[in-house]
Amino acid sequence: MKNLKMKKEFKVIAELLPINTRVLDVGCGDGSLMSFLKKEKNIEVRGLELDKDNVQKCINKGLPVIQGDAETELHQFPKQSFDYVVLSQTLQAFYDPDKVLKELLRIGKSVIVSIPNFGYWKVRTKLLFFGKMPVTKTLPNTWYNTPNLHMCTIKDLFNFCDEKNIKIKKVIGVNEDKTSLIKKSNLETKNFFSKLGIFLIG
Amino acid sequence: MPSLAGLFFWMNNKIENIKKIEVSKPLKLDCGRTINNFPLAYETYGKLNSNKDNAILVFHALTGDQFVAGTNPITNKEGWWVTTVGPGKAIDTNKYFVICANVIGGCMGSLGPKNINHETNQPYGLDFPVITIRDMVRAQESLLDHLGIKKLLCATGGSMGGMQVLQFCATFPEKTFSAIPIACSSSHSAQNIALNELARQAIMADPVWDNGKYLLKNVQPKNGLAVARMVGHISYLSEKGMQEKFGRKLQEKADYEFSFNADFQVESYLRHQGYTFVDRFDANSILYITRAMDYFDLSKQFKGGLIEAFKNQKTKFLIMSFSSDWLYTTKENKDIVIALNSSGADVSYSEIITDKGHDSFLLNELEFLKTLKGFIDSMYEKFKNEKRI
Repeated sequence: MKNLKMKKEFKVIAELLPINTRVLDVGCGDGSLMSFLKKEKNIEVRGLELDKDNVQKCINKGLPVIQGDAETELHQFPKQSFDYVVLSQTLQAFYDPDKVLKELLRIGKSVIVSIPNFGYWKVRTKLLFFGKMPVTKTLPNTWYNTPNLHMCTIKDLFNFCDEKNIKIKKVIGVNEDKTSLIKKSNLETKNFFSKLGIFLIG
Repeated sequence: MPSLAGLFFWMNNKIENIKKIEVSKPLKLDCGRTINNFPLAYETYGKLNSNKDNAILVFHALTGDQFVAGTNPITNKEGWWVTTVGPGKAIDTNKYFVICANVIGGCMGSLGPKNINHETNQPYGLDFPVITIRDMVRAQESLLDHLGIKKLLCATGGSMGGMQVLQFCATFPEKTFSAIPIACSSSHSAQNIALNELARQAIMADPVWDNGKYLLKNVQPKNGLAVARMVGHISYLSEKGMQEKFGRKLQEKADYEFSFNADFQVESYLRHQGYTFVDRFDANSILYITRAMDYFDLSKQFKGGLIEAFKNQKTKFLIMSFSSDWLYTTKENKDIVIALNSSGADVSYSEIITDKGHDSFLLNELEFLKTLKGFIDSMYEKFKNEKRI
């Protein structure tokens, strides 16, 4: 079944979303999360996507998608026009992630942001023992061609939200098929063992 | 070689044989005047299925007509959208029923300034009422009634056709399941009004035009009309596209002639475009249709602005623009997307990267055709499901 093949990350995101809501998927890719949300949860989805081929794929599936760059084109969505805005693993790739996050919080009543965790132990050891920029499954690019301009850790984003007075509603750590709830009390360990951090904020 | 007057007579004769309905319901125009019992010429391609859920209405652009696909029976040339519409094409006539009507104000069988004004028994000329995009669209709605179509699968068109799509959705929000306005805008920009004015002034400066009364003498102000067409043609191309196609190449000669003949290929091309156009188009129609485009301003119609125009839209939109189109820019198309988004409508948007300028929607642009096809086919599946429920 296709759904079983869906990334664990998307499953976690889907579980966070209530049925019959309005969701904007920023960087929606080929629309697989949108299709799933629409079918399983009757969610009214909209997508924003930069890549032409992905836009085409979404349109072929009958999914509403706008070709555009989240860095510059989020202004077109009105204030609080969505129940949730989802941003999967791209926050670190923006030139100005602070501004993008502010925009997401303006558009959505809540925001779900996932990040590849630079604090993951394998990433740390690569840099520590080999003295090279880490290349892993979640961070597949080398230093000169990576789109990730602002790598951060789960702890970094946690602290960032605190500093900016952004309400953290839930944080989930993902490591392969395992998920765990992240709180201030277990932040240090989870920041070490999670490949991915999924934040529900706003 | 027949004389121009003879050619006109022959063409008018042919026009008598094209499909037409007489719209009996009076249509109160935006200018305040009312027209009734007027002809609306149209053409259809493919078959309407028994559920009547496969109908696509195409709106034509400034110099287009109802002959979208196949061969145009009047000019014997290919239909203006053969790249897109036909058996097995992006808009597949084996699957869909495609309808296109000649706009009112036009000259391919629908009521226009060359028709006889029954009050004077002479061609209308400038006595023809000034029409708007909304008037055109409202006139065409009668055709759907005539064909027994309650709700279209899709309404589409490029350029002025796209404006009609927007107007159609704003005026009749329940009449189409999906809509694809292509390379258009929700109001004419100053630059576009200026270019249209240039076209009109070229016609009016031709002494043959004679305040629009030339038809009484059975002639056309062909010099003015040709220049008007040349203006249009320049605006449909892009700087880069033109440079690549023509550059400074000379027209079948080794060197300059030191004259004002068409030395350059681009001159020769424009002259050809201009002078072949006069055989199939009426100069007064250009005046009226360009005016309708200039007056088009959806936000003015809906006092709350563009967002108000699309309020409560159930129609699913796909907006497409072309990167090198300087007549209806990507920015103008995106403004429509923003308004649709703000009103909560279901909208997709794609910018096609091309050097071919505004004309791209008429050409074999694969990316464009793929997107168009993907959207229409997926909408058809959705529309069928919705109807089943």
